[in-house]
Formats: sequence, C-alpha cells, structure tokens
Amino acid sequence: MNPPPVRQARSALSLWGERAIELLIRLCGISAVIFVFSIFLFVFLEGAPLIPDLNWIPVIFSPEWYPTSRSNVRYGVGAMIIGTLSVTGLAMLFAVPFGLGAAVFVSEFCGGKLKETLKVAIEMLAAIPSIVWGFIGLSVMNHLIQTWLPAPVGLNLFNAALLLALMSVPIIVSIGEDALKAVPDSYREAALALGATRWQTVYRVLLPAARNGLLAAVLLGVGRAIGETMAVLMATGHAVNIPTSLFDPIRTLTATIAAELGETAVGSPHYRMLFLIGLMLFSITFVVNLLADLAVRGVRRQ
Amino acid sequence: MTATPPCITTRGLNLWYAKFQALLDVTVDIQHGIITSLIGPSGCGKTTLLRCFNRVNERYGYVTTTGEIKILGKNIYDPDVSLIELRKTVGMVFQRPNPLPISVYENVVFGLRVHNERSDLKREMLDEAVEKALTEVGLWTDLKDRLHDKATHLQLEQQQKLCIARLLPLKPEVILMDEPCSALDVEGTRAIEELMFALKGRYTIVIVTHNMAQARRASDECIFMLMGRLIEHRRTEDLFLNPQNPKTAEYIEGRYG
Repeated sequence: MNPPPVRQARSALSLWGERAIELLIRLCGISAVIFVFSIFLFVFLEGAPLIPDLNWIPVIFSPEWYPTSRSNVRYGVGAMIIGTLSVTGLAMLFAVPFGLGAAVFVSEFCGGKLKETLKVAIEMLAAIPSIVWGFIGLSVMNHLIQTWLPAPVGLNLFNAALLLALMSVPIIVSIGEDALKAVPDSYREAALALGATRWQTVYRVLLPAARNGLLAAVLLGVGRAIGETMAVLMATGHAVNIPTSLFDPIRTLTATIAAELGETAVGSPHYRMLFLIGLMLFSITFVVNLLADLAVRGVRRQ
Repeated sequence: MTATPPCITTRGLNLWYAKFQALLDVTVDIQHGIITSLIGPSGCGKTTLLRCFNRVNERYGYVTTTGEIKILGKNIYDPDVSLIELRKTVGMVFQRPNPLPISVYENVVFGLRVHNERSDLKREMLDEAVEKALTEVGLWTDLKDRLHDKATHLQLEQQQKLCIARLLPLKPEVILMDEPCSALDVEGTRAIEELMFALKGRYTIVIVTHNMAQARRASDECIFMLMGRLIEHRRTEDLFLNPQNPKTAEYIEGRYG
C-alpha cells in the first residue's frame, strides 16, 4: 500500500483559526451551563447574608408580609407561595385538558391546510408578549368577570389563572403534538386494521404510548405558568391574601419581586429577602423542568 | 376450479396515489380457504392491492380508487359498508411485527374491546379468547405465564405470531399478510409458514411476498403483478413450472426483480 500523498502544510494562520473557532464553538456549547450556574450564584449571594437572620418557619408559612414596617418587620411569604401554587394549579386545570385536546386534534384529526394553519396560530399565541396578556386581564377580563360572575373585584385568582392557561396552552400543544408525532405509525395502522375508530386509536393506543412526552408537555406548561410575572402582576389584584374562593385577589412570588425590587435599597434586608424569593422560584422551576426532562428521557428509552 | 364462489373478487380496479396510478384495471378472483400469494418486483402494486382489501390505504387522503372489490359477495366500496365491520372480517398482518405497546393479553383482546361495549365483556370470556387465540398460533405454552408482559418486549417471531393471534378473536374470514416474514430469520419464517398452513381452510389467506421461494412453498395460488397490472394468476405450481406469460417467466427466472 502506498501512503496517501502528503498534503501541503497549512499556513499557521489557518491552523490557529481552526483552534480559535473550535474554542469559540466549545464556549457556545457550554455557555448555557455557565449562565445558569452564574445566575444561580448571583441570586444566592445577594440573598445569602439574610439567611442566618431569618426564622424560616414563619417565613415560609406566615401570610404576614410587612417588609417595610418600622416597628416589626415580617417576611412571611406563605400567602405568596399559596398564591403562586393556586394560580398555577387553577391555570393547569384549564390548560391541560384544553392543550392536550388541541394536541390530539392537530396531530391526529386534521390534515393538510387546517393543520398548518392551526400550528401557525398556536405559535402566534405563544408569541404574544406577557404584558399584552396583562392588558387583556386588566381591561377586558376584569370587566367581564365583574359583570358576569359573582366577584367583587375582577382582578383575582380566576382572572390570572385564565391568562396563565392561555399562555401555557401553546407550549402544551406544541410539545404534546411532538410527543404524539413520535408514536410509530405502525401502532396506528395496527389499531385501525383491527377496526378501531380514530378516537379508540387515540385513547387506547396513542395516549398511553405518548404518555411520557405528554407529561413533559404538561410540566413545561407548569414551568411557564410558575415563572410568569407581568401578566399575573397585572391580573391577580396583587394583594397578600390566602385565597378562599376563586374570586379572591392573590399575589405571586414573581409579582412581588417585580413590584418591590425597584423600591428597595441595594443590600437592605428587604432587598435580600426578594432575592431569597427568587431563589425559591428558581428551585421550584428547576425541579419542574428536571421532572419534565426525566419524563422525556423515559420516552427516548422506549 | 372449485364450485364455491370466490372469496374476494375485483373488477376493473384502478388506484391512484395523487397523480400516480398504482393499480391498472386489476380483475381477479381469490378463492376461499386457500393461501394466495402476490409476487412481483418492488413497486408493482402488490402491497397496494393487498391494502385495498381492508381499505387501510384510504387513511392517506390522496388515494383515489375506481372499480369494484367484492368480499363474500359484498362490494366493500358500497356506501353502507362500515369500515369497522370490514376490518373485523378482513384482518391484516404487517411487514414489521407491530404489536401494540401494551401487554400480550391486551393485544389479543384489543379487537374485542374496540368492537364491544365494556359491559358485554366478561373476564372469563376474555380469558378464554386469549387462551384460544394463543393456542391456535402456538404461543400459549410459551406465553401463558407472561400474559401481562409488554408485547413489544417479545422476540420478533413471537411478536409476529401475536399479531396473527390478535386477529382471531374477531373471527375474520380473510387474513391479509404483507411480507410477514421479511423481518424474521429462517426459523421464524418457517414457524410463520407452518402457522399459515395450520390456519388455511378456516381462513382465506392472501400473502404479499418478495421471496419467490416462499410463494412457491407456501401458497396454493399465485398472482404475478408488474407495473400495477395483474399479469398472471394460476395455481402456484403451474405458474412456476409453466408460466404462460413471457414476463412471468423472466421474473421467476430472476432476470429482473
């Protein structure tokens, strides 16, 4: 065997260029990790000095949020945790059946032009800025709720949950549709050839087969709802209050940070407390996304 | 020729995938209770013809069909024909074994579940159907203690037998097989062929195969197709020993394919 012909040595510039580009691409690749880690570190360091001064049980469970009281400062975020969880939960109650239903329709029951139109429309729903949703909550829904429902104020849990539901639906639909699309077509043919109707195919075969992917879709929708700030700031009523009915105003963790951070002195306990709230949110969304990721991995393993 | 009327008859059957015509004027009588094989080179329309018999190719919206297909004397394109009932009478086995991603037991009773109200299905009845169907395909002794394992974890040969077994509780008249052995090894192929012999008589079997030797071993009648047309349809041994059409002769000699 003859050795392959030796190529002309490349110029030093092109060798160094190669290395530089490789380094650059490597950096892009790991940048996500760096960013997540450094943001976490920053938030943690801003909040950390307050940690030893806090009595954690009342902080987490008490609804008493008086960060600027002259005589007795209390940092109870209990009401806000409940506010965040209740508005997210209620939103999911609307968004999950609606989103999964839409995903099934787009993926299995319509074809051609209608499918393309719906997919574009759903993506556009995802592209509406959250401040615009906030407007709708504040002006349109506020009015409608006051007129048609037995609610003293229109800015409440229900209003914000509807907005959050509409904001999470596009995520649930597009990821849910991907999950259904990933189910091998041979399963559909098997079920149809046995005489199953389309709906029987969906609930007996496709939903169980796509279970993990659909779970991931729901969890990512939850993540979206928990992290949302602007729309809930405008639509919840922003009152520190443990809700006892659908029409009670509430306040969320995110909205508290958005509303108060600008008014605190950098380094003050109130400022640090808001960063600790950020840390809580970070942990909640981290866990939700981790669960979603594990669910998707379950799909791939199948 | 037998005196009983044929099981499947087509008259002037044409089929288009959008603008492409895949079947041209196919007229054929497929006899009751025997194994009929469909052979021909890739793209000759044999799978398309097979998939007409349970109208499963209609799930793609761009398919147009003209002509007539009668199964047991009934035109399956009549408006009063229920696709669900048609597919109950005409079962299908696919090229890749495609058990559903549920248990062995649920695969076998899937047909019963989709065709009956929940309240009409008694546990004993389902158990009995599972035992009967799995016994018929020779899986019962191997699987009777693994009925609740996931069917997609079985060996390929067992999966394909299971795909045949799950048709049986619906008491089909016709079983269509689309290259049922192409994913299997020699042993698996032999097992499926033996199973076909055991099932013939009670069911009319139509099998598409790429493998001429298999058509020769395993079928009673053979249909040779080329470019969407039916070229020759005779008893298998006659077709292979004494082909009438020169194109058939060239194909079975392996001059093209």
